[in-house]
Amino acid sequence: MTITTGDIELAGVYKHFGGVAAVDGVNLKIPDGAYCCFLGPSGCGKTTILRMIAGHEDPTGGEILIGGEDVTGLPPVERRTAMMFQSYALFPHLTVRDNVAFPLRVRGQSGAERYKTADAMLEKVRLTELANRLPGQLSGGQQQRVALARAAITEPRVLLLDEPLSALDEQLRIQMRTELRRMQRELGITFVHVTHTQLEAIALADIVVVMEKGKIKQAGPAREVYAQPRDRYVAEFLGGQNVFSGKVESVNGASVVVAAPDAASIVVPLLGRSVIRGGDRVDLAVRRDDIHLRRPGPAAEPGWNAINTRIRAIEYQGAFVKVMLDTIGETEFVAYVPEREFFADPFTVGDMVVAAWRSERSLLLS
Amino acid sequence: MSASTIPIARHPKRARRVARYGDESRRPWTFWVLAALFTAYVLALYGPMLCIYVLSFQDLRGGLVFPMKGLSLHWFVDLFTQVRTGDVKGGFERSIILAILVTVLTVVGSFMAGLAFRNRFKGDGIVFYLMIGSLVAPGLVLGIGVGLLFQYFGLQASWYTSALGAHLSWTLPFGVLVMFAVMSRFDRAWEEAAHDLGATRWQIIRMVVVPILAPGIVAVALFGFTLSYDEFSRTLQTSGPLNTLPLEIWSMTLNVTSPSLYALGTVTTLASFLIIGVCLGAIALMQKRRSNQSSRQQ
Repeated sequence: MTITTGDIELAGVYKHFGGVAAVDGVNLKIPDGAYCCFLGPSGCGKTTILRMIAGHEDPTGGEILIGGEDVTGLPPVERRTAMMFQSYALFPHLTVRDNVAFPLRVRGQSGAERYKTADAMLEKVRLTELANRLPGQLSGGQQQRVALARAAITEPRVLLLDEPLSALDEQLRIQMRTELRRMQRELGITFVHVTHTQLEAIALADIVVVMEKGKIKQAGPAREVYAQPRDRYVAEFLGGQNVFSGKVESVNGASVVVAAPDAASIVVPLLGRSVIRGGDRVDLAVRRDDIHLRRPGPAAEPGWNAINTRIRAIEYQGAFVKVMLDTIGETEFVAYVPEREFFADPFTVGDMVVAAWRSERSLLLS
Repeated sequence: MSASTIPIARHPKRARRVARYGDESRRPWTFWVLAALFTAYVLALYGPMLCIYVLSFQDLRGGLVFPMKGLSLHWFVDLFTQVRTGDVKGGFERSIILAILVTVLTVVGSFMAGLAFRNRFKGDGIVFYLMIGSLVAPGLVLGIGVGLLFQYFGLQASWYTSALGAHLSWTLPFGVLVMFAVMSRFDRAWEEAAHDLGATRWQIIRMVVVPILAPGIVAVALFGFTLSYDEFSRTLQTSGPLNTLPLEIWSMTLNVTSPSLYALGTVTTLASFLIIGVCLGAIALMQKRRSNQSSRQQ
């Protein structure tokens, strides 16, 4: 059996640790050559999924297919996967070159042959001049590149990365993020990347998989998951959204009117959802950058939702200004105002304002 | 160093600090107390040994006490030629072979125990406390017990059976404890990474686990060797008809009244140092070869 493509399919995958479900019935398809990010807080089962794809953990139930073949029970080599560990797990007694050549050494390649391949790989990750160093003499970013080279040298179809950027400092993290994406394009293989940082996930991934308590909450292109979160959890975890909850006042045709506590009614488009009736409690989301702040004045124009509120705090963020408004219910209410727009007529803390947004920009959550 | 002293002292902040702390005459009184304590410690540690080494180089007229009479290697020759001093050569050989056996078994046993104890298993607590128990049990009592047991089962006690077991009851727990300390710094991700990269179980042990743990393994070996080589109390009742070296020395102190006893002390110390030196040299050589190997591939 030979695996030639790197498409992954998880079919009803379960994993129990002593009666506790770490992964609780996961179904997912990742196409060949995609960059897929599993996103979730620690303990949500994302690393367990990664380790099951890698073959370091066996699922309690369900099937894992790579390139259309059921790989359950196969060792990592036969799956044609390679894993990059969170700590990189470079062998401390071997030089960079010997670390990278290790997979070839265990396959019985002669010294000259494997060093030739390893040197070519080191050139690819721009580490040629460090080939004779020991891992302890390298910086975090260099160690990561060695780990990447070592994982890639066996020409895997799938590369699995367990929180690869968490050990680096902020600047290096952004730099290595670009490097990872470049390597993925160059190698043309499937990358599966586990992270708890939403910025990392949406910056890198073709497919973002948001997880909670062993279950997939939402999976889709980065933009879809960010802009159209399916429920409150996804909206809050990815950030950038104001999430309100309230009672449905009335349903009229294509939209519902929601009464939020401490606020006027909010109109939300229904977008084909028909199960909602008057009196139901619903969650809805509005992107922080869709909120416009105005000085109190004439009543809201039709097609807009408007809430009278007060400014609690202002944070300058460079490209935009983060304006924190009085909370609605228990959730925080924030507007991102473009920098130039804000400073054309700046507000100060304590000002009464009208926070308004186009009705069709509200999103009904499930 | 002396070249850099002047500009440093000229720096006003540094100069003040040198004046406050670096001035010989103004060292705090605690320095002198601790220095005296350390000198006394070194004297107490090496003084007695030096006396023995020095006195072993006397000539024919030499006695067991100072002052020193003459300077020769007479008592070293006497040690290996005279029968009346006992079976020094045989004792030495037996002790070395026994210590090597103990070392090998201790290293293998400790290494495997170290690997096993990384996971919890049924009865791991009992195994651990049994091991500690044999470490704290008085050696002499343990030795008598082993001797009695062999007698009860009608087995002939000998240095390579009963004494070997008695030594292992001492070196094995020691080795395992050292191994635990070494293992605590071993990252399991190394093993997993090796497995991920296609190494078989045996390759993981050979290419990853053993090389990374090598310094710790050498430490366990050194412990095993030295503990067994000079073990007396556990050997006394278990060595059977033939003596190991510590037993031989002990019987000599009872009936030999010549500096050949001291000569023996000097020789055994040299043997110990030789073995430690060889071990440390081997480590240094390994490291040097490793760094050379990769630079040659340049």
